[in-house]
Amino acid sequence: MVSDLTMAYGDFVIQRDLNFSINHNDIFIIMGGSGCGKSTLLRHLIGLKSPAKGHVYYGAVDFWNADPAARRRIMQKCGILYQQGALWSSMTLAENVALPLEEYTDLSAGDIKEIVSLKLALVGLAGYEEFYPSEISGGMQKRAGLARAMALDPEILFFDEPSAGLDPVSAKRLDDLILELRDSLGTTVVVVTHELASIFAIGNNSVFLDAESRTMIAQGDPHLLLAESDDSKVKEFLTRGAMASVAVVAGHNE
Amino acid sequence: MQAQSKIDFSQPAPDILHAAISGAWQIGSRLPGPASVLSRLGADTRIKRLIIDTNELAEWDSSFLTFIRTITEECRRKKIALAMHGLPEGVKRLLHLASIVPEQKGTSQGKKTKPFFYMVGESAVHFTTSIIQMLSFIGEATLSLFNFLRGKARFRRIDLLLFIEECGADSLPIVTLISVLVGLILAFVGAVQLKLFGAQIYVANLVAIAMAREMGALMTGIIMAGRIGAAYAAQLGTMQVNEEIDALTTMGISPMEFLVLPRLLALVLMMPLLTLYSDLLGIMGGALVGVGMMDITLVQYLTQTQATLDLTNISLGIAKAGIYAIIIALAGCLRGIQSGRSAAAVGGATTSAVVTAIVGIIVTDGIFAVLCNALGI
Repeated sequence: MVSDLTMAYGDFVIQRDLNFSINHNDIFIIMGGSGCGKSTLLRHLIGLKSPAKGHVYYGAVDFWNADPAARRRIMQKCGILYQQGALWSSMTLAENVALPLEEYTDLSAGDIKEIVSLKLALVGLAGYEEFYPSEISGGMQKRAGLARAMALDPEILFFDEPSAGLDPVSAKRLDDLILELRDSLGTTVVVVTHELASIFAIGNNSVFLDAESRTMIAQGDPHLLLAESDDSKVKEFLTRGAMASVAVVAGHNE
Repeated sequence: MQAQSKIDFSQPAPDILHAAISGAWQIGSRLPGPASVLSRLGADTRIKRLIIDTNELAEWDSSFLTFIRTITEECRRKKIALAMHGLPEGVKRLLHLASIVPEQKGTSQGKKTKPFFYMVGESAVHFTTSIIQMLSFIGEATLSLFNFLRGKARFRRIDLLLFIEECGADSLPIVTLISVLVGLILAFVGAVQLKLFGAQIYVANLVAIAMAREMGALMTGIIMAGRIGAAYAAQLGTMQVNEEIDALTTMGISPMEFLVLPRLLALVLMMPLLTLYSDLLGIMGGALVGVGMMDITLVQYLTQTQATLDLTNISLGIAKAGIYAIIIALAGCLRGIQSGRSAAAVGGATTSAVVTAIVGIIVTDGIFAVLCNALGI
């Protein structure tokens, strides 16, 4: 849950007065045009950047005012898939996925190996254990990143632009995977994206950030937003600018 | 052959300017440019109406668009009615496209000239923050070193071995070359002067003392700053760009322990050894000159060296090497972690790492020289 969050780089305010809550088992979409601060919001949620003002709550815990140990406990329950995968380039895929397991569990090397190969198989990368990140394609890096994010069976999964740079089929498969994770493991998912197809395919709750007014201008189920929102910016975004382009054509014909 | 692009002006009435545009308007061909039209508008203030006739226009590209745009803006400014005849459909649409999204106010970050005192203050603030960053980095590094000594630091042992190989074995060839040459140069410099007194044998003393106390550590330090410090900064900078460091942080793994510590340890372990090796090769370089050019026998040279060198000289050089190693590793890692998220930033971080390390080394060496003098070492 986020309350009264204001984000800023120095004096430059990105977004102010954000208030929303993410329910358990949601697939929560953070959407908005380019440069509106979606990724910055994500960085606040996952503890990489402290807010200029306001709070981020995980359950009842105020994340940014908690002590480091409590923060670590929270972050242990989170898995994060970064935009480019962010695999550690000096390690093989297996080592990448294994590292969080080695850090946080007392499993034996053999058990870890089995879990790693299971996670890699789940994302369709069975047999790639000994490859280095630079030896596989961008889409595969992303999936490997997901395997690493899932390594500790997190309660909350964060995705930063999961479908960016993926072909439509891979993007669809990733969406299906996200839905599957939510349904089978009960994971709460937070996705930063501006991919309309994904938004409607997986999202059941959302917040819309606007770059111009520097705050959120809509929240709720994206399907309902499309049907009911009377804000022209939200509508334009969710209809891929269909309304705006009508206006352009009309203007041109004058 | 393409038709020459040109503008024919005519003035059917005193307040109307008629410009007939013809030919091919393409980037690379010689174009009349908007100035010819604007100068006519400027010259004759009576003109209240501009007609542009493009019926004869053959081919066009962006150069024509910029031409029309400049004129349109000028006309709007001077309140001159503008009419265009025969504009190609594509030009119309593109011009419209360029005008629908109004220029974002505030996006063009105008370089405002700041007052002098503002700039002084700004750089002072910048300086303080960078000092604070550096100190807190050193503090964190120290803490993680304590963690390591208590056996609680978490990094991969294999990483440490890799870094040791990179610092140690892989650096041998260049350290060899530089050290031999430095020994050689020292011997030559000394030989010319000492010959005047017939005291050639003291070349051995000169080379041995200089290598052991100063040049061995200094040269190794400078080589390592270029080789390893730069590599560290580039590695960590790239990891910053790839969000790999973020991934570590969010996983609750301290980048300080996982990334910086093995690099620091590898360099601190290897630098003294390399320095010792460098001392030895420098002395050999000196012997090459002594034996080859000054009629000293090898045995004489080595006996003289042995008589000169004591443990103090050698251990002083090795102590320096350890401190240089810390400076190089911290400078490289600090600049790498501070790096911004772009290719240029990584390049900047690398350069800055080398500069910081070399400046640090020389300054430390200066302090050492003063201290040793005061303490009589």
